[in-house]
Amino acid sequence: MSGVWQIVRKDLRIELRSPAGLAAIFVLGLLVLLIFQFAVPEKPTPESAAAALWISFVFAGTLGAQRTFLLERDNFCIDGLKTAPIDPAAIFLAKMLGTLISLTILQAVVVPLTAVFFGIVPVRPLGLALVCLLGNLGFAALATLFASISVGTRAREVILPLLIFPVLVPLLIAAVKASTVLLGGAGEAGIWVRVLVAFDVVFTVAGWLLFEHVLRE
Amino acid sequence: MLAKRLESLASLLLPWLAGPAMVLALYLIFLVVPTERDQGIVQRIFYVHVPSAWTAFLGFFVVCGASLLYLWRGSPVFDRVARASAEVGMVFCTLVLLTGPIWARPIWGAWWTWDPRLTMTIILWTIYASYLLLRAFGGGEDQISRYAAVLGIVGAIDIPLIVVSVRLWRGMHPAVMMSRDPQGGLRDPFMRVTLLVAAVAFLLVYAWLLLVRLRTLRVSDGVAELARERELAAS
Repeated sequence: MSGVWQIVRKDLRIELRSPAGLAAIFVLGLLVLLIFQFAVPEKPTPESAAAALWISFVFAGTLGAQRTFLLERDNFCIDGLKTAPIDPAAIFLAKMLGTLISLTILQAVVVPLTAVFFGIVPVRPLGLALVCLLGNLGFAALATLFASISVGTRAREVILPLLIFPVLVPLLIAAVKASTVLLGGAGEAGIWVRVLVAFDVVFTVAGWLLFEHVLRE
Repeated sequence: MLAKRLESLASLLLPWLAGPAMVLALYLIFLVVPTERDQGIVQRIFYVHVPSAWTAFLGFFVVCGASLLYLWRGSPVFDRVARASAEVGMVFCTLVLLTGPIWARPIWGAWWTWDPRLTMTIILWTIYASYLLLRAFGGGEDQISRYAAVLGIVGAIDIPLIVVSVRLWRGMHPAVMMSRDPQGGLRDPFMRVTLLVAAVAFLLVYAWLLLVRLRTLRVSDGVAELARERELAAS
């Protein structure tokens, strides 16, 4: 477990020392929100706010997930990580946790901004925060596994969204539907929260088990 | 040795089984099976559509199984099976997505609806498209095989989640079109026989294509190996 914390601390320290990477994620998230506003000129609804929220999260998140492994690729840091006496599963958890932390910071800015831009007051802000966290967790698990794959291929930047988006569909449906309800739309959020939890568990375990095969030389 | 003999036997027999089976299936579909009372002539596409769907799902199931075996055993044979099956499965999945709208247009009045089954099929198609793209972009030789195996497994374990979420998603908007039950209408015994024959024919075509693809992949792996050896010898 100590290995996990050490990697997380190292990654966060790198991020904070050159904050341009984190800033890029924020600006992209913001831009997607703006573009969404221009693309959907009608009266804002909980449905469109939830859609904008998650589309912005997924695009910015894909960029963010890419970074954790691009950092390791420079100067062959990944080889150092592989030779370190740390279980590959622990490296996966650390990378996932790092992504989760940066994307939580992203959400902490983007979610309130969405509410402001769309002029919507969430009916259950705590529930919305929980759904954001659950969506973030599943996304971080999947994106970490796929980011580790994409940095090893020739077409890194192209391949990552192609890998993430199709598999992410169940999470995205559940997150958008649950957020719509919590932003004041009609329906029931409980069932969607269960789908989110299932997704989180399945892909955290899958990544934890499969990561070793991605890392192996 | 046994595997090799089985393979040459299969490659000898499969074309001679798949070809006539397909001709028989077409004969039954167009000349024997009675026209469905409500839907008319267009219903006959069902005997191509459903076997394609079954074969596509089988193909993707094989991808997952072979990927697991590859990660466990590391034999390149499993890697080639996964790759070949993804390619052939993709062909059948595309066939499902093409024949579906041809039927849906006159019967449902729309080329496409977001019915759970359609939605699931198109998501599966995109997952395996990304699988093939990952292999096409490439990277290190063994590396890309392991990456693809991981994606093959992740894609398969995603299927139950897709099924559940897509059902719930559309469950909230009950459409008239969702209440179709294609299995309910096969009262004529010829309809069942035709479906069965078509399914067997498609299965044989799948097996044959898989085998052909396996052999070309083995040859191209062999060529890559020779090229590497030559490079090593030169340096």
